[in-house]
Amino acid sequence: MTAPLLAIEHVSRHFGALSALNGVSLSVAARERRAVIGPNGAGKTTLFNVITGQLAPSAGAIRFEGRAIVGLAPHAIARRGISRSFQRTNLFPRLAVGENLRLAAAADGRGSWNVLGSVDRLAAPLGRAREVAEAVGLAERLAEPAGRLSYGEQRQLEVGVALATVPRLLLLDEPTAGMSPEETARMTRLLQALPREMTLLIIEHDMDVVFSLADRISVLHHGEVLCEGTPDEVRADARVYEVYLGTGDDR
Amino acid sequence: MRLARPGGFVALLALLAVFPLFAGNYPVKLLHEILIWGVFAMSLDLLMGYTGLVSFGHSAFFGLGGYVAALALLRWPGATAALLLPAVAAALAALVIGFFSIRVSGVYFIMLTLAFSQMFYAVAFQAEWLGSNDGISGVPRPVVVGLSLAAPRVFHLFLVGFFGLAGLALWRVVRSPFGHVLRGIAENEGRMAAVGYPVARYKLLAFVIAGTVAGLAGSLFTQLNGYVSPDAFFWTTSGEALLMVILGGTGTLGGAFLGAAAFTLLQSLVSSYTERWMLILGLTFVLFVLFAPGGIVGVLRGRIGLRA
Repeated sequence: MTAPLLAIEHVSRHFGALSALNGVSLSVAARERRAVIGPNGAGKTTLFNVITGQLAPSAGAIRFEGRAIVGLAPHAIARRGISRSFQRTNLFPRLAVGENLRLAAAADGRGSWNVLGSVDRLAAPLGRAREVAEAVGLAERLAEPAGRLSYGEQRQLEVGVALATVPRLLLLDEPTAGMSPEETARMTRLLQALPREMTLLIIEHDMDVVFSLADRISVLHHGEVLCEGTPDEVRADARVYEVYLGTGDDR
Repeated sequence: MRLARPGGFVALLALLAVFPLFAGNYPVKLLHEILIWGVFAMSLDLLMGYTGLVSFGHSAFFGLGGYVAALALLRWPGATAALLLPAVAAALAALVIGFFSIRVSGVYFIMLTLAFSQMFYAVAFQAEWLGSNDGISGVPRPVVVGLSLAAPRVFHLFLVGFFGLAGLALWRVVRSPFGHVLRGIAENEGRMAAVGYPVARYKLLAFVIAGTVAGLAGSLFTQLNGYVSPDAFFWTTSGEALLMVILGGTGTLGGAFLGAAAFTLLQSLVSSYTERWMLILGLTFVLFVLFAPGGIVGVLRGRIGLRA
């Protein structure tokens, strides 16, 4: 068996007395589409923050393409080929849609230290920005400041900014949160159309999205991996129904 | 519109160049101050308006450029002493001050930059070899490419040229890929890091560029007056540049220049009528912040009214 693209080994993260992650181990193979589900407060976003370096784990190791990434700064982890979207829209509100995408596409650093040249001469990021805008359905809105987009469009752009860096591992934190059914359907189609080379790790509450997208599902509960398997296996697991429908208050 | 701007800038420079043919000594002296302070304010705006770094210690570089120029010009009155040495000194100081300051943000950044500049002030105020609180006077103007800047006409053109080049350079910087990264950092630093930008390094380079230009402005200020005093380092020098940037319109280089012009003219105009010119200036500033948060440039663009 080949080594996993992302290997999370016994990762814990405590906030004072609260342990948001408690010995989480999780492997994602290259080309896999993995969904992480679980009730609110299960530690899903904390897991993302630990992977991308926004938070340091209290214990455990994380390897990407075989190399340890714990302790690296967020920008260094991004440079390794991991990109993420945020649960709460996190854009450049006063910059145009095209510039939001172009900045992300130019983040590999080539040309970005150019102090006197022109942005228009860097063709690759501009092209990538247009391509992504097309993919996320914002091609008509390139010149609009991101802050003036509708909520649904901002969510599309949020995913677009993460996509524009051409990551090998894409982390999406509730990409359809707050979207209308039509917008959710469009986002699902967009994600399904992503190239397989882009390994996907997605946190999602909408089970239709999860089941139509994921190869495998990991269920997080109280900072631990409750179970993991194919969509059918997870659907058949009684414990999953318990944590979602059970009487206990997870917050 | 985009093409009209460089054209407008060239026209402005031409107008500035021939200004002494139509004006007396005092207006020309005011213009010289406006040009130098304009460059100083533009360099600060690169940090404030484009990178989101509100520095309250920009006087450190203005003063350092001024002092290095004074010391050097007294020995070798040439281009090296007038331009190269002040620029290098300011760049090195900005590298060191920036290295420590950009680790913190917001109020802490303001306080740290202020503290650094006040350290320079304290040293200049006390060091006898820097003339203590009198500063250094009798600084000659240099001879640059065979032309003596002691001649008023030559010095005037030199200043206009300096203003034009500094303005052009900063204009290129804010429009470059690097400048766009700075704007991204000002907008959302966290997301810039998340997509892969080593944000701290970009901020440091912005700080060094701004410091270098400020050092050159300081050198020119010494050449204009023939002396430099610890006041160049004092926090009021940083404060005035901040006021100019805000008055003119943060985040627009033209605004920083207009702010410098408005500030200097207001100061000269009002102070000829009353000793309390600071009061009038303060009032103007309050009115601008309340009713024209976009500064003079914002007003010119038709954005007036209370901020919602």
